[in-house]
Amino acid sequence: MKILVPVKRVIDFNVKVRVKPDGSGVDLANVKMAMNPFDEIAVEEALRLKEAGKAGEVVVVSIGGPEAVETIRTGLAMGADRGILVKTGQPPEPLAVAKALKAVVERESPELVILGKQAIDDDCNQTGQMLAALLGWPQGTFASKLVLEDGAAVVTREIDGGLETVRLALPAVVTTDLRLNEPRYASLPNIMRSKKKPVDEIDAAGLGVDMAPRLKVLKVEAPPARRAGIRVATPAELVDKLKNEAGVL
Amino acid sequence: MTTLLIAEHDNARLAEATARALTAALEIGGGIHVLVAGRDCAGAAGAAAKLAGVARVLVADDERLAHPLAEPLAALIVAMAGPYDALVAPATTFGKNVMPRVAALLDVAQVSDITAVVAPDTFVRPIYAGNAIETVQSTDAKTVVTVRASAFKPAADGGSAPVEAVGAGAATGEASAFVSAEIPELERPELTSARVIVSGGRAFESAERFRACLEPLADKLGAAIGASRAAVDAGYAANDLQVGQTGKVVAPELYIACGISGAIQHLAGMKDSRVIVAINKDPEAPIFQIADYGLVGDVFELLPELEKAL
Repeated sequence: MKILVPVKRVIDFNVKVRVKPDGSGVDLANVKMAMNPFDEIAVEEALRLKEAGKAGEVVVVSIGGPEAVETIRTGLAMGADRGILVKTGQPPEPLAVAKALKAVVERESPELVILGKQAIDDDCNQTGQMLAALLGWPQGTFASKLVLEDGAAVVTREIDGGLETVRLALPAVVTTDLRLNEPRYASLPNIMRSKKKPVDEIDAAGLGVDMAPRLKVLKVEAPPARRAGIRVATPAELVDKLKNEAGVL
Repeated sequence: MTTLLIAEHDNARLAEATARALTAALEIGGGIHVLVAGRDCAGAAGAAAKLAGVARVLVADDERLAHPLAEPLAALIVAMAGPYDALVAPATTFGKNVMPRVAALLDVAQVSDITAVVAPDTFVRPIYAGNAIETVQSTDAKTVVTVRASAFKPAADGGSAPVEAVGAGAATGEASAFVSAEIPELERPELTSARVIVSGGRAFESAERFRACLEPLADKLGAAIGASRAAVDAGYAANDLQVGQTGKVVAPELYIACGISGAIQHLAGMKDSRVIVAINKDPEAPIFQIADYGLVGDVFELLPELEKAL
């Protein structure tokens, strides 16, 4: 069984983002970039399925500019077998990404697609669900456990009140939540080996999908700053302030 | 224009997030129809009909909708979508699961997790864990929107909308099936609607100490209990207590962060609280930069003292 893992290049989760003064977006110049953390969890889960003998090949795919190949190499260094880069101009919206991924799925015929539940840049939480919809496949979102058995994926999902388990007939789309696993670090030999692994490059235009944006970004602003408050010395003083100054008790 | 609001409910009761999403739907404007899709869901439908501002409640009652599986629910919503200009749901795990599927089937973009309505097609939403705020305009014929519940007040009762049955024939999706759910009974207020939240981090060292320190304080304050990602990952607290960029986003009157250092991902989930208190032994912890009141010291000593002082 083949597993396709879409990965996104995003600003590193430790970087403090800065809004551009002209309000056109976030400043990405000379900022450390990394694989979206939820996608790392997706790569790890695919690799564990392969190591358990449940999957044959793990293919990582990224949609973006030429630099997205670095993110694919990260997945290959973790242990994925090969990569596919779908090259686009401006950063595509989730619907466009889902359409491009659908075209890749039709070429590759995986039985399972595992991807992060959201990207930590746009925080959309859409792509996996949209891909499942376009393919007519079932979806298991926000997974904290994934078990493959008898042509089905049994997915435990993190939902607002607790946990829910669903059974999906394969092929299916699964999106990862934080508790699914802890991703491995790539070892130096694996990083060296990954440089020789194949990465196909496809032009998005060649896939014949409509990647045009549907949303107009009118402005991007910094959030209103919260003023730092005061230090109190004792719990009794804290209670006094909460009662008599803040009026919340 | 007409808007379809997708209700989140457990068949018997309407989730409060639905009433909050209704407030956003009313700002988008036009007549509001509420879809209650479930099984034996008259209780939830009755509650929806009482919300002020609802024009009609549409009930799809069918075995296939007994659990809110994305596949049949999205198919049903898409089949009903024709006359509507906007499709709205709360940005809870329920709405986040089903609405992108609806948007893709309609071939329109979704605007996720809106915090304000600027115009019927223009919305404000946080990006980068709330470190930037984006205003976006949809150019599609229909808008699909999920609503950050903590950013809108719940719509009041006082309505009496007619309740009508609609067919559920379109709700197909044999490829997925509900297996089980573990939904613990809530002993205290729900995190997303609590007036006060007491939240714990890695400092507690074990699940037992997390509970032993935070529960008496939460009980005294009538507060909900929250947790940082570090506390959930360490197994001190259940996943549904996680506050943050990828967990729950809360905005209570009072948020007491205990032993939480304040990673930007956590701050994204609570920095819109009205009053923030931080209790942490590290005086340099980033949480103090956004706290109204900071108390430096050991949570194991300070929390029992705080409980006594209340």
